[in-house]
Amino acid sequence: MLRKLFKFHGGVKPQTNKAPSTTAPIAPVPLPDRLVIPLHQAVGGHPRPLVQPGDRVLKGQRIGGADGSLSSAVHASTSGIVRDVAPALMPHTSGLTTLSVIIEPDGEDRWAELDKLNYRSTPPDELRDFLRDAGVVGLGGAVFPSYAKLKPGKEGHLKTLVINGAECEPFITCDDLLMRERAGDMLKGIVAMRHMLHAEEVLIGIEDNKPEAIAAVQAAIAASGEAGIEAVAIPTRYPAGGAKQLIRVLTGIEVPHGRRSTDFGVQCFNVGTAYSIFEALELGRPLVSRIVTVAGNVAQPRNYEVLIGTPMDHLVRLAGPRADTDRYIMGGPMMGVRMPAFDVPVVKATNCVLVGSPALFPPPPPEMPCIRCGECAKACPADLAPFEMYWFSRSKNFGKAQEYHLFDCIECGCCSFVCPSHIPLVDYFRFSKSEIWAREREKDAADTARDRFEFKNLRQEREKQEKAEKLAAKAAATREKVAAGDAATPAAAGAGAAPAKPSGDDAKRALIEAAMEKARQQKAQAAPKNTEVAAPEIQAEIAAIDARRESAAKATEATPPAPGA
Amino acid sequence: MLTALLVMASIAVVLGALLGFASIKFKVEGDPLVDQIDAILPQTQCGQCGFPGCRPYATAIAGGEAEINQCPPGGEEGIRKLADLLGREFKPLSEEHGVEKPKSVAIIDEQTCIGCTLCIQACPVDAIVGAAKQMHTIVAADCTGCELCLAPCPVDCISMQPIAETVDTWKWRYPVIEIKAAA
Repeated sequence: MLRKLFKFHGGVKPQTNKAPSTTAPIAPVPLPDRLVIPLHQAVGGHPRPLVQPGDRVLKGQRIGGADGSLSSAVHASTSGIVRDVAPALMPHTSGLTTLSVIIEPDGEDRWAELDKLNYRSTPPDELRDFLRDAGVVGLGGAVFPSYAKLKPGKEGHLKTLVINGAECEPFITCDDLLMRERAGDMLKGIVAMRHMLHAEEVLIGIEDNKPEAIAAVQAAIAASGEAGIEAVAIPTRYPAGGAKQLIRVLTGIEVPHGRRSTDFGVQCFNVGTAYSIFEALELGRPLVSRIVTVAGNVAQPRNYEVLIGTPMDHLVRLAGPRADTDRYIMGGPMMGVRMPAFDVPVVKATNCVLVGSPALFPPPPPEMPCIRCGECAKACPADLAPFEMYWFSRSKNFGKAQEYHLFDCIECGCCSFVCPSHIPLVDYFRFSKSEIWAREREKDAADTARDRFEFKNLRQEREKQEKAEKLAAKAAATREKVAAGDAATPAAAGAGAAPAKPSGDDAKRALIEAAMEKARQQKAQAAPKNTEVAAPEIQAEIAAIDARRESAAKATEATPPAPGA
Repeated sequence: MLTALLVMASIAVVLGALLGFASIKFKVEGDPLVDQIDAILPQTQCGQCGFPGCRPYATAIAGGEAEINQCPPGGEEGIRKLADLLGREFKPLSEEHGVEKPKSVAIIDEQTCIGCTLCIQACPVDAIVGAAKQMHTIVAADCTGCELCLAPCPVDCISMQPIAETVDTWKWRYPVIEIKAAA
């Protein structure tokens, strides 16, 4: 049966440049001298380090524990010694550092003891915790913890599970090769996900420029005998691999802003994620390696199975970088970001290391004024008006940019690609987004500060009042007592002018006298003698010493002390 | 003549009653302008403006008793926003109230701290924990960087540290386009 496919708005058709890296199979990478494994590799909370410098770790041993409600564990990618747990340069445009575990491999690559899990007999919550601790995250590039997505929606079951094998970005072929070589195992992962999500049908969307992958997946489906799983060839058009775009193409559902796809009975996962779920559940292996495409300015573009934490230059050296290489880009040419150095580590989000040179990616021509031709709006797969958002982002009018749905922008780069004025539109949108986030953080901080300040004032006010009340109550109590005493004394003294009520001055004096009397009594009571609990012999000794002291004092009184004593 | 007067008078009575009713029904508690100004102020509660906190300063601005350029932590952007809101002219930050500094947090040198609690009392947002003769420490997440704890410290063990940029707070830069001279 021919499936009806839908279309998403816009999109572009850049040159794919995929062929050179698909000629050779996935190759292993020799162990590097040093692995730098950042602890924060996925969306969500920073995992806390579980190892210390000097510790021996085994491959697959947890080195970072998930912390918080949305966080995912990190594991040692090989066996060796932890040299340091320190901030190290991370693969991020900013060139900032993040807490990383630096491992010196011992060359044995020995696995830790692995626990497998029979997912069919395990309760869903336990299964999700297992996947969290196995560090399984979305390998399509967003690195969202997968366990958080493996929850069926409110209805308790899903209609369609979409598996994303579209891989629309130029140069990148890691998913293509994965499907060609490991379709059977990937399918086992998909079956496990289907079980967790109670999905009726599974659609594996693959762009029609990968006939080998489609054939391999179809063969694997036929071999497994599973019903309701289908590999669907979709038209090649960038960005068909965007989650929302792929869902649109396969099911016709458009997920609105601020809603989750599960509310519409759809969930989307990358093929690489499916494979790592297979590895975690059936082999017990946590996510310690991934397939990475090395392409661009290299002699032999190829896909490699890379341990997480391998320095990028170690990896690229295998593919033979050309002499004029001046940059590495993580990801593809459309959405990738430039790396701050050559030795940054490969992380879970690294699907491709694109090696760049001035010849391959010449600097963009100078930006010309926007002529409002509307080409960007025609190309936008999110149905936005980039020229309007550009206008407001450029003038830093962020509120207006948000009104034009800036946050629905998926930063795919189609608008910059088609812009006849060569405006780096996505750069403006990224700038605006991070400015807006910063402002929101500031506003939150200000609101907290305001609340805390108001509470402090309130508290001080309350404390003052409580203190005053306490004092007043005490004064009243004492006054009463004194009045009671006064009522007795004047009669006894027989003073002629005994007033029924003491005048203000008298009352005050009486209070002071009462306080002084109390202090005297307290002083008398608190005679310091800490010998009451001593044994009888010691008490006798103390008494003897006291007696001697007394007699000595009498003696000195009788004879004045010698000068200089 | 009389009818006309009566008609006019009754209209006046009806409209007056309506207005009176509306003023009770739709009464606004407090001054909304003060809230709007307060929302723009950074809530550092540092008192550099000469008022005991951000809200008193907002009240003073709304009452026309204070200038809009007395808030160093709000900086130039804050002044611009206030100028926009109030329709006043933008003015550079007044120097007598201080200078704009990068956002910082206070750090207590825990070796030197004698546990006198003076800084705890000075902190406007209760961001310092500790007790008498116990070491004090600052809850960095709640510290507004107001510097009010610096002066009361008898052993000068509090210092201000600028907040370092992390990946979570890093921002994409404004795109800058190289302009090349025509060959």
